[in-house]
Amino acid sequence: MARKAKDEIQIDHHHDGHHHDGIDRRGFLKCMAWAGTGTLCVMRGGVLKSFELGGFSKQDAAAAAKGELSFAQISDSHMGFNKPANTDVVSTLKAAVDKLNGLSSAPEFLLHTGDISHLSRPEEFDTVEQILKSAQVKEVFYVPGEHDVTDGDGKEYLSRYGKNTQGQAWHSFDKKGVHFVGLVNVMNLKAGGLGSLGTEQLDWMQKDLAALSASTPVVVFAHIPLWSVYPEWGWGTEDSAQALALLKRFGSVTVLNGHIHQTMQKVEGAITFHTAASTAFPQPQPGKADSPGPMKVPAEQLRALLGITDVNFVRGQQALAVVDSSLA
Amino acid sequence: MLRKRSWILLLCGAALFAAAGRLATTRAQTTPAKAVEVKIDNFTFAPPTLTVTAGTTVQWINRDDIPHTVVSEDKSTFKSKALDTDDSYSYRFTKPGTYTYFCSIHPKMVAKVVVQ
Repeated sequence: MARKAKDEIQIDHHHDGHHHDGIDRRGFLKCMAWAGTGTLCVMRGGVLKSFELGGFSKQDAAAAAKGELSFAQISDSHMGFNKPANTDVVSTLKAAVDKLNGLSSAPEFLLHTGDISHLSRPEEFDTVEQILKSAQVKEVFYVPGEHDVTDGDGKEYLSRYGKNTQGQAWHSFDKKGVHFVGLVNVMNLKAGGLGSLGTEQLDWMQKDLAALSASTPVVVFAHIPLWSVYPEWGWGTEDSAQALALLKRFGSVTVLNGHIHQTMQKVEGAITFHTAASTAFPQPQPGKADSPGPMKVPAEQLRALLGITDVNFVRGQQALAVVDSSLA
Repeated sequence: MLRKRSWILLLCGAALFAAAGRLATTRAQTTPAKAVEVKIDNFTFAPPTLTVTAGTTVQWINRDDIPHTVVSEDKSTFKSKALDTDDSYSYRFTKPGTYTYFCSIHPKMVAKVVVQ
């Protein structure tokens, strides 16, 4: 199965599927295919390349290693979940940390894009923090998922991760010339609505970005996707267009999300959207089931559907290289 | 001055006594009524519209493998904690009206209780 996927991708690369904008749409579509089989999606100079993890060439590895900055993303650890879809979310999170520690160039820091816990319970947050201590990274940055703020205003989350943040825990920081913005779109949601950023946060974001030059690479991370993946299941953010408008003037923008428990990519102008796999359980493809509930798969297939994301930034290249790998 | 204060205290006491009496009678009247159940499963509330008479207690039971909440649209009339699988939450509707509610974790889940 995995082998076949690789072959298909290679065949596509022999095709002349390039459009005038330099994006290989055939390759891009392959990357969007939800599989979690360890496909690498690498954007370089506006051209997308897809590889299987094992097919990552020496040249590519060297380019990634030369990058100024390497960081990783994990998401949706759902500590406390214990239903048939995955009765041992502790082990799969540990496997994700092992995977991170095994990367050839150690990521500088880790982003956790929310749903750290399943029920916002103190002991669930404690367990995740304990496991992530063994990750060989200098820092871990968080944004909350809706499961981390089940009381509506996130008291437990804010008491742990609210330090040095603004408003309801949104924050920004700079690493080696790349500007990172952590957004919160899971608080005070309205009946029938989607994820929401709110005017206060958008005002803060506008001020936060104002001083940056358009050539600064920007990475935005938030739990619920900032693009409409599937609004019928709540997989979108109602005021994301306003946030994206603030990002339009930048030459390189990468948006990293979680929430949908599967990898997906999309490019819109200079903005690359990417969702990470969960470390806990997979969810169905948009609209391919009655509800977005946990997908039960045979035990031997589970880890192939869970994963981590490794991101490399190489100065002078238009976009950041985003690489997904499964836990299998 | 002292006399005035004792009068106020007496009045307060009487009011409390009267309120307690009312509470006791209401409770006695509604004890036999059984709670009406709303089942939460597969990211939906069933039935989506429940019609009850005033004074009915509605009980929501989460049969899904994902936690959900039961929160009135105004977020103040009623609001459950996160309900894990098989957890339940009850609320007694005393005034007629239409009560729209949702799951604050998955806000696309919306349903209503009509109280007659």
